[in-house]
Parts: sequence; C-alpha cells; structure tokens
Amino acid sequence: MNRSKPTSVEVRLPSRMGFEKVAMSAAAAVARLEGFREDRIEDLKTALAEACINAIEHGNRLNEKRTVVVVLSAVDDALEVKVIDDGKGIKAQPVKPDIDRKMHGEEDPRGMGMFLIQALVDEAEWVSGTDGKSSYVRLVIRLDKDAE
Amino acid sequence: MQSETKSRTDQLTTPAGHSVAVLRFEGDIASTSKDAVLGAYQSLPKATNKLILLDFTKVDYINSSGIALVIQMLIEASNFDQKVYAFGLSAHFTKVFTMVGITKYARLFASEPEALAAL
Repeated sequence: MNRSKPTSVEVRLPSRMGFEKVAMSAAAAVARLEGFREDRIEDLKTALAEACINAIEHGNRLNEKRTVVVVLSAVDDALEVKVIDDGKGIKAQPVKPDIDRKMHGEEDPRGMGMFLIQALVDEAEWVSGTDGKSSYVRLVIRLDKDAE
Repeated sequence: MQSETKSRTDQLTTPAGHSVAVLRFEGDIASTSKDAVLGAYQSLPKATNKLILLDFTKVDYINSSGIALVIQMLIEASNFDQKVYAFGLSAHFTKVFTMVGITKYARLFASEPEALAAL
C-alpha cells in the first residue's frame, strides 16, 4: 500500500476472554493491506492473541470495566503492534517451554504465551508503565522476512 | 465470543487391524475447552483405547491455554501407556506444536488416511 505517512489503526477491547479475536481480525486485515504473506499473518495473529490474553487476564485481571488498547502501526516494511493494559507490567522474561519437564510434572503445562509471542515475531518487548500502570507489549513483524 | 468447542469420538480400525479412538474437535480450542478436550479423552476407557487420534481439521484457533489442555492429555495418556497422534492441523499450528515440543510426544500427520495407514 502506497502512503506518505505511517498508517495507524486502534482497537479497544473489553477485558473479556475471546475478544482477542477482534484484534486478530483487525491485525490480519491491516497486514494483508500492507502485503504480508499469509504465513506471517498467521504468526502475527497468534502472537497478538497471546499478548491480548495476557493483557486481559494478568494486566486488567478480567475486569470488564478496563479496556485493552491495541495500536497497529504500519511503518515502511514493518507492522508494529502495541497492546496496552492497566497492569503494572510483566517482570519475567519469556522462557522456552521444556516439554519433557511438563510431561514429568516438573513444569506447569500452561505458561507458553510469552514464549510464543517472542518466537513468532521479529521483535517483542515488555514495557512497564512509569506510573505503575499503562504497561504494554510492543511487537514488530517485518514484511521482508524470508520464507521458512 | 469464543466459538464453543465441540467434540465427538469415532472408533475406527486401522488397515493393520488396530483399534483407534478418533477425537474430532470443532471450533476454538482455548481455556473454555476443558470439557470438550480433556473430558472427551477421559470418557474413553483406558484399558481398551491404547491408540488415540486427534482430528483438528475443523479447528481454526488454538491458543496457549488450548495447547496446555493437549499437553495435559498427553501427560495422562503417557501414564496409561496410550499413544496419541494427531492430524488436520494447519501449517501454522503444525509449526506451533513443533515449537512447543508436542511433536516429541504426539506424531502429527497431514490427513486421516495417512494417520490410519501408519498406525
């Protein structure tokens, strides 16, 4: 898509499980307009879904009065996504799941969201809000990533 | 908002003569899918169902909570000497299942005929 300035789309979600799919649909539509391949769009959808689920469940603690804001910004050859919630942010870093430890009961079967986010996009960073809230995760997925 | 997960079970026999329980899922697989995923699996008698085949052909969305349910099923199956296989995943979710290590404990096939022929 030709443009003279960055394109930005904002989606506001209630903090209710399932509404991450609204953000996924919006992101897929923007990515298609920007010329992303379908496999990269699938990567983006899954990473964004996990970021929204974390924001809904951990950031906003399933409080439906709180809103998750998703900002999609197309800049040059990349799509940047910010998922903003009212939480204090995540201090832990993504850990690669160990399926053997999970199978032997030494690791929780859950807890793969942050790993999937980091593994599926080109950049992922978790930023804590300076006022103790309004934290966000920032994802970047690039248009020109080679096919796997 | 999330599409309700439906599941049903078919009992099939492979060309090699083995009995297989095929769990067919439809809809989203997420945190709300516990009954449809684990419940369907747990309703199978353990002694007579040693081969379990998961059909994801009609599943469009699986999130990390859904993946965790599949892993919980694999743990339980392992404890009862059952083997779990799967088919019908999209290329994307085949990649995701591989990334998280599920393929180490559940072999994936592209299609049902391919899976049945191998069992």
